[in-house]
Formats: sequence, structure tokens, C-alpha cells
Amino acid sequence: MGFISRGFRGKRRDTASSSRVPPGQYVVNDFPVLSAGPTPRVNLDQWTFSIEGEIDEPKRWTWKEFLALASETVTKDIHCVTKWSKLDTTWKGVSIDTLMEGVETAAEFTTMFSDGGYTTNLPLDDITGNKAWLVYEFDGQPLHPEHGGPVRFLVPHLYFWKSAKWARGIRLQKEEHPGFWETNGYHIRGDPWLEQRYWGD
Amino acid sequence: MNSRGPLLWQLGELAEIVQETPRVASLYLDVPDWPGHLAGQHLDVRLTAEDGYQAERSYSIASPPEDSRLALTVERLDDGEVSPYLVGELKVGDKVELRGPIGGYFVWRWGDDRPLLLVAGGSGVVPLMAMLRHRSAGSHKTPARLLYSSRTFADIIYREELDRLISAKDGLTVHHTLTRDKPAGWTGFTRRIDAEMVKEVAWPSAQQPAVYVCGPTPFVEAAATLLVGMGYEPGWVKTERFGATGGG
Repeated sequence: MGFISRGFRGKRRDTASSSRVPPGQYVVNDFPVLSAGPTPRVNLDQWTFSIEGEIDEPKRWTWKEFLALASETVTKDIHCVTKWSKLDTTWKGVSIDTLMEGVETAAEFTTMFSDGGYTTNLPLDDITGNKAWLVYEFDGQPLHPEHGGPVRFLVPHLYFWKSAKWARGIRLQKEEHPGFWETNGYHIRGDPWLEQRYWGD
Repeated sequence: MNSRGPLLWQLGELAEIVQETPRVASLYLDVPDWPGHLAGQHLDVRLTAEDGYQAERSYSIASPPEDSRLALTVERLDDGEVSPYLVGELKVGDKVELRGPIGGYFVWRWGDDRPLLLVAGGSGVVPLMAMLRHRSAGSHKTPARLLYSSRTFADIIYREELDRLISAKDGLTVHHTLTRDKPAGWTGFTRRIDAEMVKEVAWPSAQQPAVYVCGPTPFVEAAATLLVGMGYEPGWVKTERFGATGGG
């Protein structure tokens, strides 16, 4: 045992669910907001979602086309690198597998890109295989702009900065290109169970 | 941040406590192996109980890079887990585990000569104070304005130090607003941030300022939206937010 904080006992309010809480995290019941700039105003008439890069024919959906895709409702625990975790969050959206149907690509990496210029990088394996969604409802309600509405990524097995808000597309890439937070001190992959928060973790 | 090496946990020793307001204190720490930081960055604090139970939280760094001691300014949240320990239990001479610095985006450096606009809600002033202290220690001082919203007069963090910084007359102005209080003789604003206030305080958009907004989420949402509404490019406006339970 290393250092002990004199007089610290802790509140241990999360013991019932502690097996679901990664190291260094604590459970919240509200839904904190984190973003690096102003919330973008999105015009749904001009909104499109694209898959581009290492793909013969880029794919593109309008808002109407996107809503017509097969949707699913998933309940997941989410973990923010700023230490909060929120359990049993319910989302409705489209699996990335559905968007990737029929796509042939040599890419092993992806960059998610968003309104406002935000990007985050993910290995293709981390967004396929029923692990990632493009969601437009939270808790039965349209996704609020503060939380990434109209549409955000949901990649719940990684820290939540990987679940980019205001999603506009996926760029398929042969090489890994660090995204916004990944070039600003945060870990390239961000697995909360390995506590991959920062460079070098 | 200039190294990609791992951020190791290290021990800081509490050298001084300054009570800033009834609920907020600054902790001045000696951290022998601190790698240095930029104004606006934060760090992680880790507390460990005797049985090994641990709790971690992030705190903004209040001290500028050039100070030898590292300062954290912490608001005590009564239902929190870490802040009541840091503000209340921790005594001078105690040690605390920390690692950092963290975050390479919400930072301000000497050499950025754009006019500076800082917008703070409550304890969101902390990383902005690191920027003002850093600015004040530099030789060339870019013009700067701070718009700072507090609940009451007694809740204003760094009030006297801000008064001292203004009195240097080096191009800094500070504009307070109080949302729950109107003390006798008060000449500042007494309402929540709004379009008229922002228009009065903020640099005209033609001056393309560097903008940092920090505070609770509703405050940051309101401030950032108002600034974009007066013609600021979203890319000028860097935000940092904390939720109701964001500090703990």
C-alpha cells in the first residue's frame, strides 16, 4: 500500500454498482455537459451524414434518409474522462454497422467529424461489431443540442470524448490521425477500464 | 504540455491555505517534481483511505506557470466527496497526491497578442485567474477584460487581488455582476449575464479577441451563445464547463 490521505474516509456512495464503475470514476445522476466551444446551431434542412475517405463511393444521408434507417434502443453505462460515470443511459439511434453495410474499405482507422470542427479518432474495430451508434434520442426525448443534438456518436466502451457531439461523418483512414483531444494531451484510445486518460497512460 | 511521457502521481505538501470566500479556499502546494504548466490547465487529485478506497477529481490550476508554488482554488461542495476534504480536513503540512498538468486547449500564453476576453461564472474564475496572473507577470500586456458573475458580494473569489491588478492600470478592466445581491454603493451589474451586458463589456467582433469562458453549464451556454450572437466566430470562444456535480 502506498500513500494514505490522512483523515480521508470517502463517501462510497456507489458501492452497489462498483463493479460497473471503472477505476477513478464516480457515479452521477445528472448529465454534466462538456465541450470546448459554443454549441453549434444545426440546420436540419442542410444536415447530411457522410462516410468518406478510403471508400470507392462516399456514402451520404440527408436527415430524412437517416431517420428512415433501422433504429435500435440501447441502454449503456457511460464514462467521462473528467471522472463522472452515468449508469443505464438509454439512447435511440442507428448502429454504425448499419451505416457500414456493403462498405469495402482498406481502412483500419477512422476519424469522426462534427459541426464546430471537433474530431476524434477511433480504430475501425472500435466502432463496428455492435459497439457504436449514431444516436438522436436520449431517455425517449430528442437529443438536446448541449448534449450533441441533433445527432451524436455513442461509443460507450471508451471515454465519452470519443462519443463526438454534433456528428457529421466518418472518415475512413489507413493510418491513425489523432483528433482534437488526442492532440491536446488525451489518450489515443481511451479505454476507461485501463484508465487510459492522458498521453502515456 | 511539452512531453508525451506518462503523467505520474506525485506528492504535494500543503504550505498555505488562503480562505477566499466562506466556501472557497486556495491551497498553495509545494510539489518538488512539478513539470510545469500553462495558464488554464488543470490537474487530477487522488485521495486514498486507509483501506485502499480511492477518489479522484480534476481541479483547475490557479497559479501562473512562473510561480514556484502550485495553487488550487477549491469550492467546497457540501455533498461532495473530495472538496470537503480539501477544504476543511487538509491542514498545512499534509500531503496530497496529484498528477498533471492536463489539457492543452483551454490555455493562454504570452505572445498571444489578441485582446483577451475572460468570462467567469462563480469558481469558473479559477483558470482565468491563472491567465490574468500570467499576463500580469509578463512584460508585454495585451489588453484584457474580465466579466465575472458571482452570486453575492461575499462570493467574489480573488476580489482584493483583482482590485490590485486593476490598479496597475496596465490595460485590464474587471466587470463584476452579482445575481443575488445588491450591496449599498455597488456600482457593478446586478443581474444574470445578458446581451446588453455582453455588448457593453466585450470587445467589438472586429478586434477578433481571444475568448475564454468558464463556469457552470447554463452560464457557459448563455455566455457563448451571446458572444456568437454579437458576431464572434465560434472558433475564438474556448469554453470549459462544470455541471452541478462536476466538482465533487
